[in-house]
Amino acid sequence: MLSQESIEKIDRELAKYPADQRRSAVMGALRIAQTEKGWLATETIEFVANYIGISPVAAYEVATFYNMYDLSPVGKHKITVCTNLPCALSGGYDAAEYLKQKLGIDFGETTSDGKFTLCEGECMGACGDAPVLLVNNHTMCSFMSREAIDKKLAELK
Amino acid sequence: MAIYASGVIFEGVDTSDAGCWHLDAYLKRGGYQALKKILENKIPQDEVIAEVKGSGLRGRGGAGFPTGLKWSFMPRSFPGEKYVVCNTDEGEPGTFKDRDILRYNPHSLIEGMIIAGYAMGSRCGYNYIHGEIFEMYERFEEALEEARQAGLLGQNICGSGFNFELYAHHGYGAYICGEETALLESLEGKKGQPRFKPPFPASFGLYGKPTTINNTESFASVPFIIRDGGTRFLEQGKPNNGGTKLFSVSGHVNRPGNYEIPLGTPFSTLLEMCGGMRDGKKLKAVIPGGSSAPVLPGDIMMDVTMDYDSIAKAGSMLGSGAVIVMNEDICMVKALERLAYFYHEESCGQCTPCREGTGWLYRVIHRIEHGLGRPEDLDLLTSVGNNMAGRTICALADAAVFPVRSFTKHFRNEFEYHIEHKKCLVNHKWC
Repeated sequence: MLSQESIEKIDRELAKYPADQRRSAVMGALRIAQTEKGWLATETIEFVANYIGISPVAAYEVATFYNMYDLSPVGKHKITVCTNLPCALSGGYDAAEYLKQKLGIDFGETTSDGKFTLCEGECMGACGDAPVLLVNNHTMCSFMSREAIDKKLAELK
Repeated sequence: MAIYASGVIFEGVDTSDAGCWHLDAYLKRGGYQALKKILENKIPQDEVIAEVKGSGLRGRGGAGFPTGLKWSFMPRSFPGEKYVVCNTDEGEPGTFKDRDILRYNPHSLIEGMIIAGYAMGSRCGYNYIHGEIFEMYERFEEALEEARQAGLLGQNICGSGFNFELYAHHGYGAYICGEETALLESLEGKKGQPRFKPPFPASFGLYGKPTTINNTESFASVPFIIRDGGTRFLEQGKPNNGGTKLFSVSGHVNRPGNYEIPLGTPFSTLLEMCGGMRDGKKLKAVIPGGSSAPVLPGDIMMDVTMDYDSIAKAGSMLGSGAVIVMNEDICMVKALERLAYFYHEESCGQCTPCREGTGWLYRVIHRIEHGLGRPEDLDLLTSVGNNMAGRTICALADAAVFPVRSFTKHFRNEFEYHIEHKKCLVNHKWC
């Protein structure tokens, strides 16, 4: 179900917590599983729950509560743009509009070639670098002017 | 773009040097001297806590609770496990200081947490890191490994017999986890829904054990306080507002970024440090302490100094030190609509007044902004707010209400104009 590499990473997460508190590793384990699979199918969530030794519903509850877990397939590159107030004051909405226009999709949609999904994000804690994008949940891109967005999209092809 | 002035946490940190966050660079800046001083001289726990109390350090996450006093609440004689937890779940809109602490000076946080563990008799700590800053989480993991390899973290630290383990826990997108008991639930691998208090974490915290939770910046200030003395820290600020503080300045200024300045510095000075208003526009309003803090009109802000007491006197909160600056082109209805959407989106859904109330606030402000406002809507917002604030388990409901009350108080004419004329009073431009 998951690669040996992912299992080893999950084991490293488990080692951080007391032996009788394996549940604590569920967030990290779901992140690792999602990174490998691209999104979290119910079977993936169940696998993670079984591996950790918690009930599937406990893992599902976590996967649905935190908004960076994707419970349905997303494009190869998920781009999340922050439009919260501090970012809006420094071009957050401009960046969002430019991305929509350039990719031809709205928030929550995926391009027909399956390459890009565009999402509206809440505060990423990088307001001084606005506009900011988060690529595939883990890579923060700062000062995303139109030129910087063009460059980034070209890199992600 | 991070710009630092004088300070405690970023003193001597060359942020242009890609290696400034590594252990060797931290050691050259005098890092881990505070920890070594405590361990070599076997300084009693009480004395460490007294030093932190004497520094006047107040919690940098938003509440401003005295850190030393919080530490003294931990039952040190409790025989079982006790935990020290750091809150790096920095999601308050406008706040981006803790990210830079992890980026440029993670060992200051590690050292501060080890000292906290020593002072409170804890052997284990966790740093809960905001989901969206995965790269900083990875860096923090590397910094932890550097400290372990150097014998500064783990078993028998520096040969002293003192043991302390520290781990990083990565969040995955939930503003509510910045609330300390929601954070503990999340750390336990559950939905991040706040706990009813009491019991407080000092008696029933992580895994039901005594736990102290502090903000990243609070812990990162501790090495300086121990090394150079609480009095020196206190003297950098003003009475009851000790030390320097990181201010995250965003919005319509020429140079947004983090500024570490003495508490008590006039806002006008901070604005100057940021290069003044972008495009020479007029200052209209400032949210001085993160999006949950009441907004203040620009002219009031120009008379305040940046510290807990002065901002409270002016009717707002220092909060997390997130200073959101808005110019004359901003429609305050539109700005509030965006914030109201955020709280609606982030309410964890546990308490009815918050789950339903944040939706009501957003929908009413949304309809005012979109020309569908009704004459009774401002009273409706007041009534909804009164039924939320103070009626929920945690402060998210209050955090959603403060902006609504302050925007409609200070900029009431814009809301009334919107309701009457179905359009903005100002020619709104975000930037």
